[in-house]
Amino acid sequence: MDSITVLMTSPMSDYLENQLKDRFNLVKLWTYSSKTDFFKHNSHSIRAIVGNTKIGADAELIDSLPELEIVSSYSVGLDKIDLRKCQEKGIRVTNTPDVLTDDVADVAMGLMLAVVRRVCECDRFVRRGLWPKGDFRLTNKFSGMQVGIVGLGRIGSAIAKRAEAFGCPISYYSRSEKPETNYKYFSNIIDLAVNCQILVVACALTEETHHIVNREVIDALGPEGILINIGRGSHIDEPELVSALLEGRLGGAGLDVFENEPEVPEQLFGLENVVLMPHVGSDTVETTDAMADLVIKNLEAHFLKKPLLTPVV
Amino acid sequence: MATEVEDHRPLVLVHHLASFKLPLQDRLITHFRLFDSLASPEASSVLALICVGPTPVTVDTLDHLPSLRLVVGSSAGLDHVDLVECRRRGIAVTNSGDAYSENVADYAVALLLDVLRRLSAADRFVRSGLWPQQGEYPLGCKLGGKRVGIVGLGSIGYEVAKRLVAFGCTVAYNSRNKKPSALYPYYANVHDLAVNSDVLIVCCALTNETHHIINKDVLTALGREGVIINVGRGALVDEKELVQFLVQGEIGGAGLDVFENEPNVPKELFALDNVVLSPHLAVSTPESFEALNEVIIANLKAFFSNKPLLSPFQQE
Repeated sequence: MDSITVLMTSPMSDYLENQLKDRFNLVKLWTYSSKTDFFKHNSHSIRAIVGNTKIGADAELIDSLPELEIVSSYSVGLDKIDLRKCQEKGIRVTNTPDVLTDDVADVAMGLMLAVVRRVCECDRFVRRGLWPKGDFRLTNKFSGMQVGIVGLGRIGSAIAKRAEAFGCPISYYSRSEKPETNYKYFSNIIDLAVNCQILVVACALTEETHHIVNREVIDALGPEGILINIGRGSHIDEPELVSALLEGRLGGAGLDVFENEPEVPEQLFGLENVVLMPHVGSDTVETTDAMADLVIKNLEAHFLKKPLLTPVV
Repeated sequence: MATEVEDHRPLVLVHHLASFKLPLQDRLITHFRLFDSLASPEASSVLALICVGPTPVTVDTLDHLPSLRLVVGSSAGLDHVDLVECRRRGIAVTNSGDAYSENVADYAVALLLDVLRRLSAADRFVRSGLWPQQGEYPLGCKLGGKRVGIVGLGSIGYEVAKRLVAFGCTVAYNSRNKKPSALYPYYANVHDLAVNSDVLIVCCALTNETHHIINKDVLTALGREGVIINVGRGALVDEKELVQFLVQGEIGGAGLDVFENEPNVPKELFALDNVVLSPHLAVSTPESFEALNEVIIANLKAFFSNKPLLSPFQQE
């Protein structure tokens, strides 16, 4: 298939890059100094795009590639892909669900534990040589805290399963109620926030869920409440979050994602009740390889006219 | 002349080092008469003592307390109490029972997640402003599917196992004796457990037998990708060996809440990103101490009413 030209949008994975190079004619978007330069050389040959959470396939890119047949995203999130345009033009879209569910749920749990028990702060305390001067103070018990999940999809359910093992009562807000679970359903996010101690954002980013966690929700969660985000930065009104934390109106936050990555509000750097990750939810050796394999398998299936493994459109 | 109201409250010694106080003093005095000096004349008749924190109970201590029948500990570990001597004198000993178990288990899981997914190191990376400059951050290791070996399947080990199973880990254990009620595979010694594990979580009591139970042989058996989590006592691990293994890259990582010479921590560890350190606080939540107060009072009440003790110490 090395006559088939595939566009990779950003340097997301060396392993994936090598696999694509072996099988296809690989074009790397980031090696071009300008868009014009890129389009001049490639616009009529590219038949597939491999995108990720940084650069996907927006309307401009799709419109400029007349031979485009498939977008295979190295992510489960689809917010960087113009799905409607793909649907209109009959372009297939695949993503990488399931293979990353466990790892993202694990980071959500890691963030919850780290914020409640101040794990990173304690590590800093020891490394700074402060222990001989006196003990660190008490932190709250994690087991049994009420956990509220926004979006009870694959990742949300995996988080619920883990939190249950700690005796945490689980409640959720989702587009639809899931009667097959024993968890308590709330029909709106404010009621969920009022009734939980830890609010976890685990839903997809769409027009409806943009800034779903706003000032009102943060106030409902309150000065003892903790916010965890492993979804997308734009799920939360970030300036509101920062003020709430600085003013003590929110108890703490564990954040793996931000509105304008890799920029992170510097005012957070001095706070001991936050834990900040550089978007590592699915970043393990095992999972990134599995994601890459799924991207490749979807592309191969498409060009061999076989059924796609994880189609979205 | 008015008769004095008789004080029926049993007498209890609060045995503590000068630097340790017992926070539940106020609640105790409604049920018990308290004193705190071995030199007091009441020492000869007192039947029960509360041992505050790691205050040692030695042969010398016991020699001052000829009537003693009960030592109520306030920690999960009792390595500061001469258990052999207590047994010899027919003195019962109680520990903190389940008061701490969930909190310690929570912290053990927190340390493991942090080591495997590099949470503290990544948090440092972001706070130092390196993300926009350096972009890529090193990959971590998946927790799901890891083989977890629990050293000491007591109440803490049991809670750790229960949590990690929900993350998709498989669990096996070593204890002094096999536990017929446990559903996990048993290994008769820690070396064999290490050979068959990716992670070892040390939750057992510190005794003469378990001193340095994690030694060079066990660390080698665990392997280059192996991870050690210690929420027991520092002396369960040969710390010098562990530091060597970590510095040389011969083991995958470590999460340590306890050390051989607290509050001193080997400085070589400060430079390592695959190590997470905490200042012996796995138990330290208000809820733990409240639960502990309940256990202490319950044990004393049971003792003085000739009922079975709530949390008699049992070697795991």
